Amino acid sequence: MKRKNHNNRQVELPNFCHLGVNLRIALTVEAALVSGVVARASSAPAFWAEFIELSALAQPALLLTLLALCAAGRWLRSQPYRLGVGFTLTLGVAVPVLVTLWLNPLLAGSAAFPLAGVAVFSLLMGSGLLAYFNLRARALSPAITEARLQALQARIRPHFLFNSLNAVLSLVRSDPRRAEHALENMADLFRALMGNASHLAPLEDEVALTRAYLELEQLRLGDRLQVTWHIHKMPGDALIPPLVIQPLVENAVYHGIEPQPEGGEISLNIYRSADKVHIVVRNPIAADGSHHKGNRIALANIRERLLLHFDLDAQLKLEPLGAVYQVHIVIPYTRERTQPAPTHPHRR
Amino acid sequence: MNAPSLPLRILIVDDEAPARRRLREVLADCTGQISVDIVGEVDNGLDAVNQVQQQAVDTVLLDIRMPGMDGLECAAHLNRLSVPPAIIFSTAYDAYACQAFDLNAVDYLLKPVRADRLVRALSRAHSLSATTLEHLREAHPKPRTHLSVNEKGRIVLIPVADILYLKAELKYVTVRTAAREFLIEESLTRLESEFGKTFLRIHRNCLVASARLREIGKLPGEDDGHFLRLDGLDERLMVSRRQYSALREKIKSI
Repeated sequence: MKRKNHNNRQVELPNFCHLGVNLRIALTVEAALVSGVVARASSAPAFWAEFIELSALAQPALLLTLLALCAAGRWLRSQPYRLGVGFTLTLGVAVPVLVTLWLNPLLAGSAAFPLAGVAVFSLLMGSGLLAYFNLRARALSPAITEARLQALQARIRPHFLFNSLNAVLSLVRSDPRRAEHALENMADLFRALMGNASHLAPLEDEVALTRAYLELEQLRLGDRLQVTWHIHKMPGDALIPPLVIQPLVENAVYHGIEPQPEGGEISLNIYRSADKVHIVVRNPIAADGSHHKGNRIALANIRERLLLHFDLDAQLKLEPLGAVYQVHIVIPYTRERTQPAPTHPHRR
Repeated sequence: MNAPSLPLRILIVDDEAPARRRLREVLADCTGQISVDIVGEVDNGLDAVNQVQQQAVDTVLLDIRMPGMDGLECAAHLNRLSVPPAIIFSTAYDAYACQAFDLNAVDYLLKPVRADRLVRALSRAHSLSATTLEHLREAHPKPRTHLSVNEKGRIVLIPVADILYLKAELKYVTVRTAAREFLIEESLTRLESEFGKTFLRIHRNCLVASARLREIGKLPGEDDGHFLRLDGLDERLMVSRRQYSALREKIKSI
């Protein structure tokens, strides 16, 4: 029943299958190699000759190490941190050493690489990188909290709050049942807004929240707001950062529907493709290009939270398609391990 | 203002139906304290201007944020009437506008509206001065959707999208649409800065609608003379030498 909590104090090994982690390891190792060669080379041609020679060993070794780490990643992360570090370093030294043993006969002619040198270099690089990932994990935890606070402030527009309250007041006498339902929706919305935003939340909860929000907007805007949902292929159990869909839709209403006298249609398309969850929100582009600044702030906020949760594995793309504005989010598909899915006390 | 015995004739302007219904309900609650007669209810600024011209209205309850013509622009057009109605703005949340209202002693209501607040606003509502409106529009800069002229006591609205060109002549600016010409008392420079890219300057005294450009040609006989023609208009407009190169750059970028 353990929730995926990125705010955890205890530091974990990085996920070696993540693109961002791989990229950081590869770039650091390459930089170390280049600087080593630069220090020794006397001229540009000598640099290239030596770099190519070194690469013949270093590139396959690096690649195989990354593959081995990714393959063993889940097991490594399940070990206590210290033990995991030990195994990771062992793997990080063993693979390059084995590669050297294998390649040295093939690279005959040029100087063979000393095994001890390879082992020491790998050990130093490995320790340095793990220290870096440890520091980074510690540094980012408060940042998530910070981002959450920031997000809390930016999220609901006061304009929406007061207009919704006004709409509910207008229903109290004529249609008390609808007024009740609207207040329930508002309660759900504000509970989520005041909740803990550092936990990932199930996609279906986020969709329910967005529906509650849209019902409130429909109350005010009536026929001007048309919504189309394409979610029959949605993986409801996927975990996503909370309050990503609702603000996107709020933006779509504020910028795409409200400025148009005749209104328009918002479409939401949520589906899974391979190991990615796609969230696509479309709205018509308003004729008067007013208030775009607020839009960028809200999107920057979402982008930052995606980065904090998923590093480079999540994407947020903005695509103006003629008369339609599209926001496309891609998030890695993760879900809670325990089956059946537990109830989520923080919402509903 | 009318005598206290006569009911106050009120027009409600808001793009959201629930907001209009709420105002009607609160006004009904106020009948003990003030006598009101709701003469109409519209959902945009354009209809509001038309309504006020068709029947006598004492006070307009005017939402600020509306699609198309917003409340501030609507108020500016209403102000061209010889006897403009009193205006009470309403808004859900608009920090800048409210600050401007306070500074200029303009009546406004915050939604959700309270009955006692509404009574107070109605009992002292008055029409706005031209300078006040100017200040409000400065706090809320947004290009107008219409220009307006007062012709024989009536306001004629000219949709900005219909304008082909604007030409400064002595004290006035001629506004040319496909159908006819109007004279307005505004400055060409201010119109240019208000509407930005909608209009292109082709001469010291002339702005043309950039969406209506048809052709640029060279005048025969002279060295540097160029003319320009717009869609739906046979007239040749002179392009000044100074504006010609800048104009060519802008056309390329369109």
